[in-house]
Amino acid sequence: MFDNFPLWPDRASTAAGNVDALFIFLLIVSGLMTALIFTAVVYFAARYRRQRGVLAEQIEGSTPLELTWSIIPLFVFMAIFAWGAVVYFKSRTPPRDSTEVYVVAKQWMWKLEHAEGQREINELHVPVGRDVKLIMTSQDVIHSFYVPAFRMKQDVLPGRYTVAWFRAIKPGTYHLFCTQYCGTQHSGMIGSIIVQEPAQYEAWMSGGTTGPLSATGEKIFAELGCVTCHRTDSQGRGPNLQGVFGKPVQLEDGRSVMADENYIRECILDPGAKRVKGFQPIMPTFQGLVSEEQLNALVAYVKSLAPPGTAAGATKTAAVVLPQHVAQDAPEKAQPTGSQVQ
Amino acid sequence: MSDSQAAAVPGGAHSEAQSDPHAEAHNPALLHHFATEQQQRDSASLGMWIFLATEVMFFGGLFCAYLIYRGWYFGDFAAASKSIDAALGGANTAVLICSSLTVVLAIWAAQTSRRALLIGMLILTMLFGLTFLGIKGKEYKDKFDEHHVPGASFSFDHVPIPGHPDQYANPKHAQIFFALYFIMTGLHALHMIVGLGLFAWLLWMAWKGRFTPEYHTPLEIGGLYWHFVDIVWIYLFPLLYLIDRHP
Amino acid sequence: MSMATATAQPAGQTIERENYLNKHYGVGSWLLTTDHKRISLLYLISITFFFFIGGFFALLIRLELLTPVGDLVQADTYNKLFTMHGMVMVFFFLIPSIPAVLGNFLVPMMIGAKDLAFPRINLLSWYLYVIGGVMMLHCMLTGGVDTGWTFYVPFSTAFSNTKVIEAGLAIFVAGFSSILTGLNFIVTIHRMRAPGMTWSRLPLFIWAHYATSIIQILGTPVIAITLVLVVAERALHLGIFDPKLGGDPLLFQHLFWFYSHPAVYIMILPSMGIVSEIIACFSRKRIFGYGFVAISSISIAVFGFLVWAHHMFVAGISVYAALVFSILSYAVAVPSAVKVFNWTATLYKGSIRYEAPMLYAFGFLGLFTIGGLTGLFLACLGVDMHVHDTYFVIAHFHYIMVGGALMGYLGGMHFWWPKISGKLYPEGWARLAALIVFIGFNLTFFPQFILGYLGMPRRYYQYPPEFQVLNVLSTAGATVLGIGYLLPMIYFLWSMRYGKPAPDNPWHAAGLEWKTPSPPTTFNFEEEPVVTWEAYNYEELDAHPDEEAPSVG
Repeated sequence: MFDNFPLWPDRASTAAGNVDALFIFLLIVSGLMTALIFTAVVYFAARYRRQRGVLAEQIEGSTPLELTWSIIPLFVFMAIFAWGAVVYFKSRTPPRDSTEVYVVAKQWMWKLEHAEGQREINELHVPVGRDVKLIMTSQDVIHSFYVPAFRMKQDVLPGRYTVAWFRAIKPGTYHLFCTQYCGTQHSGMIGSIIVQEPAQYEAWMSGGTTGPLSATGEKIFAELGCVTCHRTDSQGRGPNLQGVFGKPVQLEDGRSVMADENYIRECILDPGAKRVKGFQPIMPTFQGLVSEEQLNALVAYVKSLAPPGTAAGATKTAAVVLPQHVAQDAPEKAQPTGSQVQ
Repeated sequence: MSDSQAAAVPGGAHSEAQSDPHAEAHNPALLHHFATEQQQRDSASLGMWIFLATEVMFFGGLFCAYLIYRGWYFGDFAAASKSIDAALGGANTAVLICSSLTVVLAIWAAQTSRRALLIGMLILTMLFGLTFLGIKGKEYKDKFDEHHVPGASFSFDHVPIPGHPDQYANPKHAQIFFALYFIMTGLHALHMIVGLGLFAWLLWMAWKGRFTPEYHTPLEIGGLYWHFVDIVWIYLFPLLYLIDRHP
Repeated sequence: MSMATATAQPAGQTIERENYLNKHYGVGSWLLTTDHKRISLLYLISITFFFFIGGFFALLIRLELLTPVGDLVQADTYNKLFTMHGMVMVFFFLIPSIPAVLGNFLVPMMIGAKDLAFPRINLLSWYLYVIGGVMMLHCMLTGGVDTGWTFYVPFSTAFSNTKVIEAGLAIFVAGFSSILTGLNFIVTIHRMRAPGMTWSRLPLFIWAHYATSIIQILGTPVIAITLVLVVAERALHLGIFDPKLGGDPLLFQHLFWFYSHPAVYIMILPSMGIVSEIIACFSRKRIFGYGFVAISSISIAVFGFLVWAHHMFVAGISVYAALVFSILSYAVAVPSAVKVFNWTATLYKGSIRYEAPMLYAFGFLGLFTIGGLTGLFLACLGVDMHVHDTYFVIAHFHYIMVGGALMGYLGGMHFWWPKISGKLYPEGWARLAALIVFIGFNLTFFPQFILGYLGMPRRYYQYPPEFQVLNVLSTAGATVLGIGYLLPMIYFLWSMRYGKPAPDNPWHAAGLEWKTPSPPTTFNFEEEPVVTWEAYNYEELDAHPDEEAPSVG
């Protein structure tokens, strides 16, 4: 029992250091405050214990003191808030050009698919020093993707995508926990994040794959007949999807929304909700006809569609791997880039 | 300042009227723990207002959910709203407003010792309440017949969105409208039924002559409750029935 | 003191003055009472019963967690255990506890009234609590519920195979008990203060209960309607929260936490009121900064309604919403800190004694300070990302709920026990129990902060082996804590039969309640008091000490 007795979690991501620094600051502030109160209480309790013939001195209060010990803590709290907000903001903003991994949570396992196509269950291999963005959804109830060593946590919801990102800095194997109660095997829904040196990661990657996710998506796009309306050569009955991802879209009702993962997903499952301006409401719904994994593949495919004539990778949040027919414009790599140095 | 009524005999039976011949004859309705009738009246009134505040929060949660979904699924909600009968809803609104008038008249009647009017107004109020429930029942039946009741037999296919004849409402979103419609109006109707029970009791008390110009607190707080039920409906009606109405 | 007629004596006892306990005998006289003091004892018995049920579940949880593997109970059973531990402790113990027991007993007496404004509604509130409790018991005995006390959707509406509807309805019914209690207190405090009892002369216990009651009446209806929606969705397969049908699971979380955050202030504010009374009495001086402490209670009640989404920082809300709720959460921390400072300052130049109530108050000061400070960690967005839904949160709220609210409750029970029962509890045992509780508590919950930062998630019944040492420490502490809680049960009961009779004011405390006999008569005061002095007039009291020496058991 005692041979493995950590008191502090591993620090294995860039965020971990920031969170730890903030936590230690809070520990210091709390420690000081606790020491202050404890000392005062113990000292007063002893010094002013009841003695014969000595009466208590009635002190009504002191407004200056009240204001002081209201305002100073408020300032300290605001400082903590601000620092925390900065750390939080950074953690919630995935860098451009992050490698993307699609995650589907279900009772009681994690299904992960790299953009390059590797599928994993309850494990995620990542290279050291690479920004990894997780695009996550749940097949059933709310789960939560938590890697203590990365100080990273994000709830995974059914019916929409939530996003998290990290950059691992230390090779090793780290716990992955589901941390939103989800039923019987909630505490069994655990896995590992396996951070590898880039060379080892490349070796692992090359070990058998079904092809990039976006290529799978392209296949599904054709199989389901999407291509009949969403043509790329002329204006079809549906909007041309090239270059759509990551840009604002004008809707029929006058609103303008960003075409992000959630929007693409919603269009597939509930086409009438946010219909694009200028198009008829004829798109059928695919609710119940596509699985979460297929949805992920379709989203990855749409993301990969750069506008015609532009260099591959020019879209806002480019997938690392591009489908063949667009990549002809530029001599683009079909393999993920090496580790991105900061 | 503390009047003789305040003197509490520790333990023992309530015997103020006998023990102090100089005490003002106090209304048997004055409860033991209150010092004065004024205090009892004020407490009852404040108590009812606070209870109504809890009711506002109770319905508030529903209104909040409704407003959010209406914002997200406006078209679908408009289509669903079109299918409920605004004429019946409007009639119900008129019925309730009239019933609030009769409540006020009943209280005035008590204040001016008009027993016949008091009883008449209370009966009329209850009749209006029953009318409301009857009309509501008709509406519910219509919805049942049209398969708009959420659940296994719900169907809302090929219903165009008002103003967008080329587009059909999403049945799932429409079902949310109807779920909220039934829960909100159902809860309201439940409060109405409780109100009817309350007024039946008030009617019985009025019949027994319990109310005088000096004491008719139950009428006042019962009236407050009834007005509240009325006001909830006045919010429900336009929100549920009058979405996106075009002449 | 009036010597009213003595009533029939139980064999072996000397003639007893008539009081609220012996005025009428028989089960009927208790079950149909409208005396606020008897109702408070009815509540005392009921909530103690549920406390032990919730405690029993806690014991099983801690036993299971002795080992990293699931070996004591099955996974489903464990899930039911922590769910029911939470539901019972929150809704059937903590929320009612102080207001329904000590509040019911003391609010009328402290303001000089004969009873609450609505005694029959008071009795109704107890019956509603009992009905809700029976429904909950039935639910637990016939299968239980495994959604967590937070019953998040869509798990609770569409996936759980347990008795969610019954549990939801039980809590719905019990919630009305809470609403009626709050309603009663507000009207009582507004309308039934004795002549001369102005707002600025009210004991801080009253201010605390007033603030609590505001939360009870405004917050509880929202959880009520949320439960209605959950039950309706589960029973009728509606789509209000189900994303497959167009609903939004986050809407549930907002509605749920809109009540459940202010609910924690329902649990802590009354305890703070008790601590004010105890510290004033055992330091023999007015609370430092009375006005600020009173206002801080109200501020906590108001601000408490504005921070609910700090439970949802990683739930999928927008970054901007998170910023707003984080900053507001820091705002609500200020009044709590102010109270701790004021209590500490009260000790300065006081004349302090260390009887059991004061030991509990000291315990409260220490544990609430730690619990409150860890709240700062959770309000901090950058840290919450890591510790949300881990044992850090569990430790935080147990420090406040158990280290804070429960310590205050026990301190209050000891402080007012002579008034309630007319007997003195044994002081030696009481001090020992306070010490055992303090030690056991810290041993149970401090390791959980470390576990949380290490990353151990909540609601896990099996865990990686490196977490075992801390879990074993925690379980050991829980055993000690359990003993600490059993002791008062035993000696309070003992004192009812064998304790020394209590004088009317054994602590020479200020407050109208101490001007009545111990135990009081049914209508509390012979004559309506007329108040001409400020609260906490210890200077006056100590200048003219009573002939009776302060007595301890």
